[in-house]
Amino acid sequence: MAKKSTVKKSFLSGNEALARGAWEAGLKVACAYPGTPSTEILEALALFPELDVQWSVNEKVAYEVAYGAAVGGVRSLFACKHVGLNVAMDPLMTSVYAGVNAGFVIVVCDDPLMHSSQNEQDTRWVGIYGKLPILEPSSPAEAGAYVAEAFGLSERFDTPVIVRMTTRISHSKEDVAVGPRKEQAAKKLEKDMRKYVMVPGNARARHEILEKRLDKLRAFSEKTRLNKMELKNTAVGFLTDSVTYQYLKELYPDASFLKLGFLYPFCDEKIKTFAARVKKLYVLEELDPFIENHVRMLGIKKAKFKHPSYRTGELEPGLIGPLLAGQPKKIKPRPGRAPRLCAGCPHWSAFSVLKKLDLFVAGDIGCYTLGALPPTSALHTCICMGAGVTFNEGLRRAHPDGNIVGVVGDSTFVHSGVTGLINAVYNRARGIIFILDNSTTAMTGGQNHPATGRTIRNEPTRALNLKKLCEACGADSVDVIDPHGNVKELEALVKKRLAADALSVIICKHPCVLLKR
Amino acid sequence: MKQTVYNVTFGGVGGQGIIKASELLGWAALYDGYHVKKSEVHGMSQRGGSVESHVRFGKRVFSPLIGEGQADFLLCFHADEHPRLKPFLRKGGVDLAPFLARAQEMIDNPRCLNTALVGRLAAYLPIREASWQKALETVFPPKILDVNREVFAKAKALRDK
Repeated sequence: MAKKSTVKKSFLSGNEALARGAWEAGLKVACAYPGTPSTEILEALALFPELDVQWSVNEKVAYEVAYGAAVGGVRSLFACKHVGLNVAMDPLMTSVYAGVNAGFVIVVCDDPLMHSSQNEQDTRWVGIYGKLPILEPSSPAEAGAYVAEAFGLSERFDTPVIVRMTTRISHSKEDVAVGPRKEQAAKKLEKDMRKYVMVPGNARARHEILEKRLDKLRAFSEKTRLNKMELKNTAVGFLTDSVTYQYLKELYPDASFLKLGFLYPFCDEKIKTFAARVKKLYVLEELDPFIENHVRMLGIKKAKFKHPSYRTGELEPGLIGPLLAGQPKKIKPRPGRAPRLCAGCPHWSAFSVLKKLDLFVAGDIGCYTLGALPPTSALHTCICMGAGVTFNEGLRRAHPDGNIVGVVGDSTFVHSGVTGLINAVYNRARGIIFILDNSTTAMTGGQNHPATGRTIRNEPTRALNLKKLCEACGADSVDVIDPHGNVKELEALVKKRLAADALSVIICKHPCVLLKR
Repeated sequence: MKQTVYNVTFGGVGGQGIIKASELLGWAALYDGYHVKKSEVHGMSQRGGSVESHVRFGKRVFSPLIGEGQADFLLCFHADEHPRLKPFLRKGGVDLAPFLARAQEMIDNPRCLNTALVGRLAAYLPIREASWQKALETVFPPKILDVNREVFAKAKALRDK
């Protein structure tokens, strides 16, 4: 084989390629809270010393810091997983009105099939709801190229831009051409109140501008090479996006394609032209009928769509044949090993006590969610980040004398548990909140957070003191205990606190067993 | 006929070095001038869950995933996982399962199992030795490079029983 090439190549994951592409495009500031499958984007960016990169407390904070930097005049990026974007929707919806100064890119990694998530919401709808453009790479190499494109479009159209990835793109690797960094001169920060102070009078005017901007983006969508028509054999045409394009290209290399890389706003004329050029038209996409609904709206009669059973989970090469034949999805179970708490994990001790006392345990997102699985089976709710704290309160409002407690991790407590604790104190709730403090963001691979006292680059910073924080919130008692090999003492403490008619915090502190490796 | 795309499926349990093994093959194919795609899911693999990695290389690769019955090679790191992974193998594909026990005997450090299996795989692939060596240097830190080179060479030179 061995074709000599002068292009420098590296073997990068979609996340790494995206980070590299953003760096090459002159990125300055990047913020995120860890979340599979998006975590490695910030980790890869942190390796470039000229960048200002941070783990933020949560996604809302990350969004606002990164967007603030863009308004301040430097190219910046916010990255999150799909459910992380929910936390940042508040700033997102209005930042689209205000627009940017330097380029601002929102990277969202969806998780079809929920490899490591609590739902499989489809971020593409945010384009319509939030009124902003969405770019969709179909491979790691495209992730790098598209993010650079996104910075340019953000500045050209004065709007935040979403780059939407999926687990399959974030976590697959490809040889990617790498190039030098193009520095961007910082833009001037001006006091432009009509643009950045979104009070009704200004926001009404900005909404008009936003609608006009969408028209311009629609026109751009028709012209851009990101929406690529590949006319070959016109007997069959595929209208598709994301990794589905790659599966179809593999199976039907001679078919015709319209690949939507600039997904939203849609290129209606191009779609109609493509539909007219091909005999049979299939609209194929993972998850929700996003492109499908639009094509139906365009009234393209010949278009064929997937059976609704394919709206869940990932597509994969083996599913394409039956899908095109109009058959409903048949899933062949390939049972794998379920994940479980590691041997030596400090959570074992805490959950063994909760199980023994037969408590109803409100939980949320983290390694400790695995406490719901046998043999402990001692976690009974998991909806979203921070809800271990608030669910304790809600459940107790329904069952004031119930044996109900809440668990939350250290990183999750800082993310969105502390607001729930303040609420519980303020509204005189009772119960025990366990902070299962393993001194890291464990589930996503061990990232630092405010209470570890270390930054994303592992540099020392002022450490948040969880005990003092809980005391300041007004909890009736705050105990710190090492649960590991200390089950009897922990059990006695829990019994004592349960007997008190109070709001107690018990911090079970022992480092994650993977931290030592 | 010369194959256009090579499909290799790796699988086992978290912590066995499966990701590293597929990384090694990926870099070797890249250094040899191929287009490479590798796909895996490692969301909760650190918690002992199943791990699966697909590597595809050739002149031009589209899908990052290998479909059932499409793998030319299967490298299974754990006997328990074999029934789950076997359906990936194409008719006439090479299953390195019989080599697993020999690989385990061959190595002093269980952490070298991945390199032993990839070394065996290397005997079947058209990738040149120089590209493998460059890949070994890329993937392993200097401290453990020599031991991995040794295991790789030994496994590659073995004769099939």
